[in-house]
Amino acid sequence: MSLLFYILAALSVLTGLGVVLARNPINSVLSLIACFLTIAGHYVLLNAQFLAVVHVIVYTGAIMVLFLFVIMLMDMNRANEPHKKWTTKLAATLSGCLLLLVLLASTAKVMLGGPAPVLSPDMGLIKNLGMVLYRDYLYPFETSAILFLSAMVGAMVLGKHEPKKI
Amino acid sequence: MDFDTLIFKTILLVVIFLISLVVAMYATYGERKIAAFFQDRFGPNRAGPWGLLQPVADGVKMFMKEEIIPVFANKGLFILGPSIAMFTACMTSAVIPWGGSLELFGKSYSLQVADLNIGILYIFAIVSLGVYGIMIGGWASNNKFSLLGSVRAGSQMISYELAMGLAIVALIMTNNTLSLNEIVVNQKNFHWNIFYQPLGFLIFLTTALAECNRAPFDLAECENELIGGYHTEFSSMKLGFYLFSEYVNMFISSAVISTLYFGGYNIPFGESFGLAPNLLTVLGTVFLFAKIIFFIFVFMWIRWTLPRFRYDQLMRLGWQWLVPLAILNMIITGAVIVFA
Repeated sequence: MSLLFYILAALSVLTGLGVVLARNPINSVLSLIACFLTIAGHYVLLNAQFLAVVHVIVYTGAIMVLFLFVIMLMDMNRANEPHKKWTTKLAATLSGCLLLLVLLASTAKVMLGGPAPVLSPDMGLIKNLGMVLYRDYLYPFETSAILFLSAMVGAMVLGKHEPKKI
Repeated sequence: MDFDTLIFKTILLVVIFLISLVVAMYATYGERKIAAFFQDRFGPNRAGPWGLLQPVADGVKMFMKEEIIPVFANKGLFILGPSIAMFTACMTSAVIPWGGSLELFGKSYSLQVADLNIGILYIFAIVSLGVYGIMIGGWASNNKFSLLGSVRAGSQMISYELAMGLAIVALIMTNNTLSLNEIVVNQKNFHWNIFYQPLGFLIFLTTALAECNRAPFDLAECENELIGGYHTEFSSMKLGFYLFSEYVNMFISSAVISTLYFGGYNIPFGESFGLAPNLLTVLGTVFLFAKIIFFIFVFMWIRWTLPRFRYDQLMRLGWQWLVPLAILNMIITGAVIVFA
């Protein structure tokens, strides 16, 4: 089991690096897809099969397909690649470093705390998940649903053309 | 899992893999024969008796053709595309219950490779990965027609996945489980889901046609606008993989339809015949395969009967008819469960 974990973890890190380091945006997106699949593998190892499959359906099967669409239809000539000003680059580097700091600080706290105790072996099964979501966390769940709905309506409004007058 | 179960599952896996390939192979023959029948022709009848060796000849032809990779194509992705298409087509068969359980040497073995408690969602996830084979192959060809074909196929597949998912939700609500085996057991003695979910079945059948990129939804291939669509640049066995994965997908979709809506391997009132359990299991598997072959025939029947859609009509059908219908079906199902 732990061997499987280390293989998966190595793959996640490698594909994650591939996302950042690949020169070709398509390869970058494909690495991200592979990375998501390995994360789904981690969920399976944690006995959260439902979460794993939903992760594959939503992220790999829907969101990344749209990403791939956009990138495939983009013009990827190196000649007309936009070049940013040096101030923008500096700001980007600084904020990236700050983000790294925040992430490191938060993960360090988790690591020092030791592994989280498993509440029950079939915690990730759909029945228990439904119980937790719809009984204990009903209010946040419904709120986030409304948030998604409003985002969807917003996208519709933005995407809708004004009818042309002839 | 003990050792002999492992061996049994491995053998089962290989056998199912071979069966799905053989069924897909002879589906190409069936398709041509049925097309010929519909168009008052003979169809293939030269290779072997009644042309039965035609699929073998086609396979040999596919292997012997010259392998061409276009100069400006992205070579790695060009090979990856058909591989993903074939791989995802073959992966789904693992969770389908092909039969009851066999008693061998005093132990009972289930004729299902993996009884996941989220079987339906697993199939759904693999189907959603199938888009990548088409999109990557189309893009890597570095050809405008291929790219447009793959965009068409991709957007069609993700649009119809939505309606398919909503149709399945209603089915899950009536069955109270996501495991395919339990869904089959629930349908014992003619309590087939088709009688409880007729609208859901129609939506599922339509979306299954669209997911397989079959006529009347075969807009991704279009001779007069897009040449061959996403596989224009492919030749030899890479093209073979794309064409073949369509037939494997058709076989698996038929199996899923028979399992979800038509009782799967369960023979109605089978226990009352007084047969030996092993014989009953084998007969159940034969029964399932009869249903699968019937649905493959339905797929072909539709292809050679209906005219194709225009692309905007296809999108309108998917988003403005099937999705609202599926939601309506869900609401009605929920209301019946709560109030009846």
